[in-house]
Formats: sequence, C-alpha cells, structure tokens
Amino acid sequence: MRGGLLLVPGAHISPASVPAWSCPIRRKRNAMTTAIEDRPLVERQTDMLRQMIRIRRFEEKLAWLFKRGQLPGFVHLYLGEEAVAVGVCAALRSDDRITSTHRGHGHLIAKGATLDKMMAELFGRIDGYCRGKGGSMHIVSFELGIMGTNGIVGGGIPIGTGAAWGDKQLGRDSVTVVFFGDGASNQGVFFESMNLAAVWKLPVIFVCENNGYSEWSPTETVTAGKIADRGTPMGIPGIQVDGNDVEAVRAATETAVARARAGDGPSLIEARTYRWHGHNEGEEAFAGNYRSQEEQDEWRAREPIARFAEQLIAGGVIDQATWDAIDAEETRAVEDSVAFAENSPFPDPEEALLHLFAAAENGDDK
Amino acid sequence: MTVTQEDARQAEAKERPTYFVKAMQEGLAAAMREDDRVVIIGEDVDRSVIGATRGLSKEFGEMRVRNTPISEQAFVGAAVGAAAAGLRPVVDMMIGAFFYVSMDQLANQAAKLRYMSGGQVSLPITYFTATGPSGGGAAQHSENLHPMLMNVAGLKIVMPSTPYDAKGLMLSAIRDPNPVVYLQDHVLGGTRGHVPAESYTIPLGLADIKKKGTDVTVVAIGATVPKALKVAARLEAEGTSVEVIDPRTLAPLDMDTILASVARTGRLVVVDNARLTASAASEIVASVVQAGFDTLKSAPERVAWADVPVPFSAPLEKRVIVQEDDILAAIKRTLA
Repeated sequence: MRGGLLLVPGAHISPASVPAWSCPIRRKRNAMTTAIEDRPLVERQTDMLRQMIRIRRFEEKLAWLFKRGQLPGFVHLYLGEEAVAVGVCAALRSDDRITSTHRGHGHLIAKGATLDKMMAELFGRIDGYCRGKGGSMHIVSFELGIMGTNGIVGGGIPIGTGAAWGDKQLGRDSVTVVFFGDGASNQGVFFESMNLAAVWKLPVIFVCENNGYSEWSPTETVTAGKIADRGTPMGIPGIQVDGNDVEAVRAATETAVARARAGDGPSLIEARTYRWHGHNEGEEAFAGNYRSQEEQDEWRAREPIARFAEQLIAGGVIDQATWDAIDAEETRAVEDSVAFAENSPFPDPEEALLHLFAAAENGDDK
Repeated sequence: MTVTQEDARQAEAKERPTYFVKAMQEGLAAAMREDDRVVIIGEDVDRSVIGATRGLSKEFGEMRVRNTPISEQAFVGAAVGAAAAGLRPVVDMMIGAFFYVSMDQLANQAAKLRYMSGGQVSLPITYFTATGPSGGGAAQHSENLHPMLMNVAGLKIVMPSTPYDAKGLMLSAIRDPNPVVYLQDHVLGGTRGHVPAESYTIPLGLADIKKKGTDVTVVAIGATVPKALKVAARLEAEGTSVEVIDPRTLAPLDMDTILASVARTGRLVVVDNARLTASAASEIVASVVQAGFDTLKSAPERVAWADVPVPFSAPLEKRVIVQEDDILAAIKRTLA
C-alpha cells in the first residue's frame, strides 16, 4: 500500500486536501501544450481518466475500511489494474454485457455501476445492487449489462458465452465481454467455452487480465505458454496488450468488438498488468512475503493512471487543474458512497427467504 | 381427492397408448411451438441417444435443436447466460451422472444467480436427462442425483413415472421461469400409457395418488412407482389396501398430500430409486415424523438402494437397487 509508493524526484503532489486512505498518484510536473479542439476525444479520454481514478479511490477506501474491520467478507482489490476495465468498457455500448470475476469492482464501475449502490452492497445493506444478498463476489446489475462478479474462478466464462449466444439467437447485435484472470485461464471451462464460441461464432470477447499471480502462485509457475495463444488452435485471434495502457486496451477491444458485431466470432485479449495488493485483503495473516519489493516498485512505476493523465496533459487534452479536480471529485464521491452505505438499513432478516424462485404468472415471489 | 387423477383421465379420455419418451417429445414440441425462445441444446440432440429430441430439428430447424460439443460445464453454464439474455434454453444432459461434470455451473451458478442478485433475473432453464439404473449401465451411467440436488436450493426437480405425467410436466418445466431439473428414469423410457394428443400441463409441486388405499401409504419415486403398484395389487388380493403416492416433483415437494394420506392410513413406506443415505425417502420420512408423528401407528420404513455404486453384472445390480420384494417386506413390517 503506501509503502510501495514511488515518488519521482521533482514530482509534485496535489495541494488539495488528501484523505488518509488515499495515496497521491505519482505525477510529473507537466505543462499543457495548446489545448486541442476535438471535443469527443477530449470527453472520451477525460471520462476514461475519471473512471480509472474512481476505481482507484474506491478500492483504496475499501482497503482502508477492511484494515479497520469495517468491511465484512472477502475482498479482492483491483488496484493497479484500472486501465484494463476502463479500456475494455470504453469500447462497449450500454447494451453490451460483461461477466466479471472475484476481482470485479473495477469492471462494474467501468460498466456504469454507481459507487453508492456498490458500497451499500459491500456493506450488506438493503440499497445495494443485490439488496445485500450478493456481496463483493456476486454483484449483479442486469439493466447495466453486468451479469455478475463471480466467486468461482472461471465461473463466469460459460455464462458470458451463453449470454452472447442468447443475444445472437434473439437477433440482437450486442456483444459480451468475459473478464477472467490468468488463474481462470487454466480452468477447463475456459477451453470449453472458447471452443463453443468458435464453432457457434458467438459475439464474445474473452479478456484475460494477467496480473502476474494466480492467487499466490506466480503465473508462469502454473501456466504453460502464452495465454493469448490459447485460442489459436481454435482459430480465435489472440492479442497480448499492455494492460497498463488504457488506450492500447481500448483499441484492442474495439477491434475485437467489431469482429464480434460483424458475426465473425470470438477474440481473445490478454492484458498484462499487475496486482498491487494481495489476492485478498488480509492475506498478510498467512500469505507471507511472496513477491519482491523490486518487482512491486517496477510495476508501480508503470502506474496506469499517471501515465495516461500525463499523456493527456502533454497532448493538450486536459490540464493539471482538471486532473486535480477530477481526483478531488471522485475522492469525495467515494466518501459520499460510504455515507450512503452507512445510512442504508440492513435488510429485514426475512429477506433471506425471498428471491429463490420467480413466480410463474403473477408477481409473487417465494 | 376421491378418485385419482389418473382414474379420472382414463375414464373420460380415449385411449392413446404412447411411449414415455415420445410423451416427453410431445411436451418438448408443444413448448417449442408456443414460444420461439425455447431452444434445445445438448450432445447429439438431433439424433438423440435416448430419443426425446429425435426428429425435432425437422420441424424446428438446427438453430433451435442444436448439437453442442461434449462440454457439460460450458453448455450447462451457457444456458444460464442465455436465459438471462432472454432465451428459454432446454438442455439435454443425455445421462444423469453427467451432471457431476457440470456441477459448478448447475449448483453454484444456475441455482444461485437469481437469489444472489436479489431477484433481479429469472432463469427459465430446463435440464432434462435419462437417469438411474438401466440394466447394465454400471456405476457411472446409473446414478440418480435427485437427493443431492434437493439439497441445492434454487433448483426445481421433476421425476415423472407415467407417460401422461411425462408430457404434462415437461411443458410445465419449460414454462416455469426457474431452473428445473427433469429426470426421466431410464427404465421407464420404453413404458407406454395413455397420453392425450393435445397439450396440457401438470403443476410442479403437486403429488398424484396413483392408487387409493386405506391401510398403508406407499410413497414411490420415479421407476419405483410401477413396482409399488404391482406390490399393491398383490397385497390387495391378500386383503391389504395400499395407497400409492407419486410426488412427481421432489422440489417443491407436496408434503400436504403425503401427510393427509398418512393421517388416513397411519402407516408409511417411502421407496426411492437412489442410495438410502440422505435420500428423498429419508427427507420424506423425516418430514412425516416431524409433522405427523401422532398419526403414525407404526415406525415408517425407507426402501432404497444399498449404499454402494450401482454395479454392472445383473445379479449385482439386482442386489443393490430396489426390488418388489423389498417393498413388500417393508409394507409388512409396518403392518406387523
């Protein structure tokens, strides 16, 4: 966490008041060149930056809450991987779908989930996305095309494949992104689902977030070959991208989405990134020291948010003040989401007995 | 009920003897005709080893009767995503024990997604399969998973014993907005019985009294229903009146009909086509003891398989699975 922060000599830190739970994002002093006039580009890129910062601040807050015993359950944080979710979802329409993983908060925020309803769900409150029934690993919002985070590694892969089949069979042109990790790339159902998607030419994009660790095992010690190549024998185009480069991720996804919408079938994207935190919060209790400080420092130096923001400033898309303002706004939004969650009541215990089955005809539920 | 539903139907309907598997097919076809979103997938469903889907692709086309790879996890899970997207998938698992291969997607995903999401989505999926001992199917093709699946909240479980019920329950299963596991006991596939030509439904969660009686209640499941009826006929000749109840669906389970019967007869034998330990028979007996203890005149009996895998060789298989004499002996114990 804070220990791994790498401050570049001469870097400046935003003077805006920074809460104790958030780390300043490494930044160089950048003078903006002439502001560019391409409004759609400015809006898109500014929004991508905002979403990455939103995810960063949300996850930092969760780490802080967890350390203080204020967050129940198992929490797997997305810190350091923000560019993957944001780059992928920037290439999607609102009627496209995603399936997510145990490390899914970033995917959901990038797909449009609100911090308030997410935080309330993580607090087990009635105003959460799933009325407190799901928690971190089962957040679902079908209206946003979020088919669910998933507590089983690889569990969402066939579900997303099936959603793509359903949309295609029903004559829609929406696509489904299946997020999964390097760990899930070793599940049999990944290969089964790629094969099914290939023979049925389904509009699905398999996005592997290779963050270097399958739980606590270095990926290369449990994974043969290159993950991006795993669809090659099935005729599925695979590409490896820098998962810390949000525009590279977006561009690769746009190519895959175009292929899927054209009816040409699935693609595989392996986004190479790094998990800043452990597999789960609280792992210090048992996991020991399993990765070097050098490795962590090296990846933190490739910080996806600062890298993108600096590009935007250098390119005249935003100025430093805009970056600072976005950060302050998103930081405040995260604080507000905690207040929202804390003010939301717990569900009535009898809610535990609801929502098992849908009623056949009328609206009754049991 | 004064007369059984089956009696009433036999009396008013013109006989139309139909094979059990053909009745299932009529239920499938009726569901497909009434709703374009009903799509069948599974391994070789156009040819159909068991027969329920054979020929359906001629009427409905290959996009609605669709062969899958031999990838149970993938297609059991794909049905979940497709149902959430708006299809009504019907999945032919071919053989019941193959559910084991797909258990994460069935028990962890299909059964739980609606609940975990706080009721945001309905998952109208029907998973059907031939199941249970078939005579030499051996250990990995003779399983009956209904007891295990009854303990997975979120799945409805259907197990018909007559062609009439097979058709009506198939249409109900497909119309139901929830995941339903429809189990066709292997050995019943070639049995015949009256099936009306028109489409009709049988509600899930409603037991049927297959034979009225006054001295002892026998609850029988799946392929043990015809065995229980034969035993009941033998005992009738000896002056003992046996009531035979088929739950037809195991989740939800119609305990009201069973408890009302036991209240009349005072005696209970439950026959299951599965291993004894933690069987459906165990659950039914426990529920009757808990809710109807005062109505019992003797200790209830369970009749089920020995707690071993189903072996291959005929005398071995016979030793393990339920025989008519086992049912007879259990009934006599309750009358002793």
